[in-house]
Amino acid sequence: MKPLVLLVDDEVPFVETMTKRLEKRDLIVNTAFSGKEALEVLSKNRNTDVVILDVKMPGMDGIETLGEIKKAYPLTEVVMLTGHGTIESAIEGMKKGAYDYLMKPCDIDQLMRKVEEATQKKRNHEEKIREAKVREALTTHGLE
Amino acid sequence: MAQAKEIHNGYYYSLTRNILLVIILVAITPMILVSSIILYEFDVSYHEKVRAHLEELVLKHKHNIDSFLKEKLGDIRLLAQSFTYEELSNEAFLRDRLELLQQNYGPVFVDLGVVNSRGLQVAYAGPFKLGQALYSNAEWFQRTMKSHYFKSDVFLGLRGLPHFIIAVRENYNGDSWILRATIDFVAFNDLVENIRIGETGFAFILNKKGEFQTKPMYDLIPNKVPYNDCFAECKDCKNGVCFMERKDEAGNPVVYVSAMLKHGEWLLIYQQKASDAYSDLRRTLRVTIAIILLAGIAIVITGFIVSRRMVGRVAEADREKELISEQVVETGKLASVGELAAGIAHEINNPVAIMVEEAGWIEDLLEEEEFKQGKNLDEFHRALGQIRNQGRRCKEITHKLLSFARKTDSTAHDVQLNDLVEELIALSEQRAKYSNVAISTDLQPDLPSIRVSQTELQQVLLNLINNALDAMEKEGGSLEISTRQEGDHIAVKMADTGPGIPGANLARIFDPFFTTKPVGKGTGLGLSICYGIIKKMGGDIEVRSTVGEGSTFLVKIPIKGGQEPTADA
Repeated sequence: MKPLVLLVDDEVPFVETMTKRLEKRDLIVNTAFSGKEALEVLSKNRNTDVVILDVKMPGMDGIETLGEIKKAYPLTEVVMLTGHGTIESAIEGMKKGAYDYLMKPCDIDQLMRKVEEATQKKRNHEEKIREAKVREALTTHGLE
Repeated sequence: MAQAKEIHNGYYYSLTRNILLVIILVAITPMILVSSIILYEFDVSYHEKVRAHLEELVLKHKHNIDSFLKEKLGDIRLLAQSFTYEELSNEAFLRDRLELLQQNYGPVFVDLGVVNSRGLQVAYAGPFKLGQALYSNAEWFQRTMKSHYFKSDVFLGLRGLPHFIIAVRENYNGDSWILRATIDFVAFNDLVENIRIGETGFAFILNKKGEFQTKPMYDLIPNKVPYNDCFAECKDCKNGVCFMERKDEAGNPVVYVSAMLKHGEWLLIYQQKASDAYSDLRRTLRVTIAIILLAGIAIVITGFIVSRRMVGRVAEADREKELISEQVVETGKLASVGELAAGIAHEINNPVAIMVEEAGWIEDLLEEEEFKQGKNLDEFHRALGQIRNQGRRCKEITHKLLSFARKTDSTAHDVQLNDLVEELIALSEQRAKYSNVAISTDLQPDLPSIRVSQTELQQVLLNLINNALDAMEKEGGSLEISTRQEGDHIAVKMADTGPGIPGANLARIFDPFFTTKPVGKGTGLGLSICYGIIKKMGGDIEVRSTVGEGSTFLVKIPIKGGQEPTADA
């Protein structure tokens, strides 16, 4: 299954080009240009695997958005993109649950790698939950 | 700059002058005031004392003389009244009487004579041949006949010695007779002549007509004027003594003290040059003025020195202040440049990111079948690769710039020295290349981290690197940076191959404001700030240098907290 990705950044041309490149690499890409919009899109695509999130955005900034995403969709992984080299915000993000961070302008291959890893992690996690549910169902009905 | 100096000189000159004037005024005014007041009081009281003293002296002598005269008169009168005319007319008897007088009173009595009412001297005892002399026309005879007694003026006797006559009239059998005595005045003269005070003080006696009765010290032709004044004054003065000051012919002030003698017939005059009489006062005045002058000069000189020195210090403080505010301005400029750079870097990042993405996208598209056969495919790939490389370069530059422009943070963090060194070298890369300097490193791996303020340490190391680059700007060279752990310290060594530092400057190199760079190129504060920072960290910084070969700066920083060397970097 192709990873489902949400790309969030306020720079429109960046988002457009990045979308094209990611789609060429077999990702399904949704886009949002602000933190609020990101949450809206996520509510319509609840099984998004990875969110690629820009740290510095007007309005709801990256860290805040991250917090909201993790609250609503804890399994969805977030990769942060920092545009002005402040490692502090990235570290803060990772403390809040981001999977990893990259500095803009980023290497596409590096990004792809991270997205794949994050997707893998999320799907593994989902798998474990499913197994646990099955086990629970079996034991409560005395089938195991 | 030269103009600024001129202005400064004018300002400091007037400041010096003002301080000097104040010092002089404040010091000299009270001194002069006090001296003047004291001198004035002294002058007044001294004059009084001198006057009182002289008056006293003259009075004493007046009494002496008057007593003398009275005594002699008394003696003769006693004689005249004790014996009769007949007894005294006996020359032998008279001689005896004279002898007795002379025995008892000394040779003051020169001779004795008895004169009848017609002026004929009927008896004489004495050294002169005056027997049977006729005195009927003599003034003294006539005067004596009129009154009971007579004291004459002094006259030079036959031997040129001063004498005067005392005559007493008595009655005998209804007829008058006179007993006459000649009194030797020499002893008496000496009395008066010996009144000598100072260098020009002397006394003499004048009669009403202004004739000298004693011999004055100088052969004076008496200028009558002051003496007439004395006569006039003395009629009214109390105590019988009067004090005058007049100018003599030469214009010098002279002091006259006079007293009436012999019931107003004679005048005892003491005179002295005023300058002599008040010589003590003059001397004191001179000494005081000399002291005032010396003190005044000392005050002026001291004032000069003090004001100069003070203003020198002020000028130095001003200069330092100016240099410091220059430094502050520079730092401020740096700070705002830093902020500007941070803003620009941030702004540049986004367009660069977009550019790189677009180039990447083109590269992706080139994967499409339609392009695979294109003859320019390789060229496309090369060009796009170049765009990507340059984009990455932009990113690195802005990242370095942004991390450096962060505000100074004194809080201590764990700092990996090697990382810091490499970051700084990257920052200085451009400049080093431009100056033809090759930077090499020898960093001991696995250095323990040190707990220091990252920005402060950064400032120190960057300052040292920049100094090395400045030194090697013209000729180029190499800079080797090495790090080592030495016991509980970490040592950073920066060795350059520049022109070196002469021994004379080496000792002063960490002094504030010491620089060998031309004016405007350096404030001389860099190394002194580094020194301060390293010392604050508890470390040490030293320099070794050989002229013509290069300089080596050695920085040692203690590893606070003694952290173990970590495996990861």
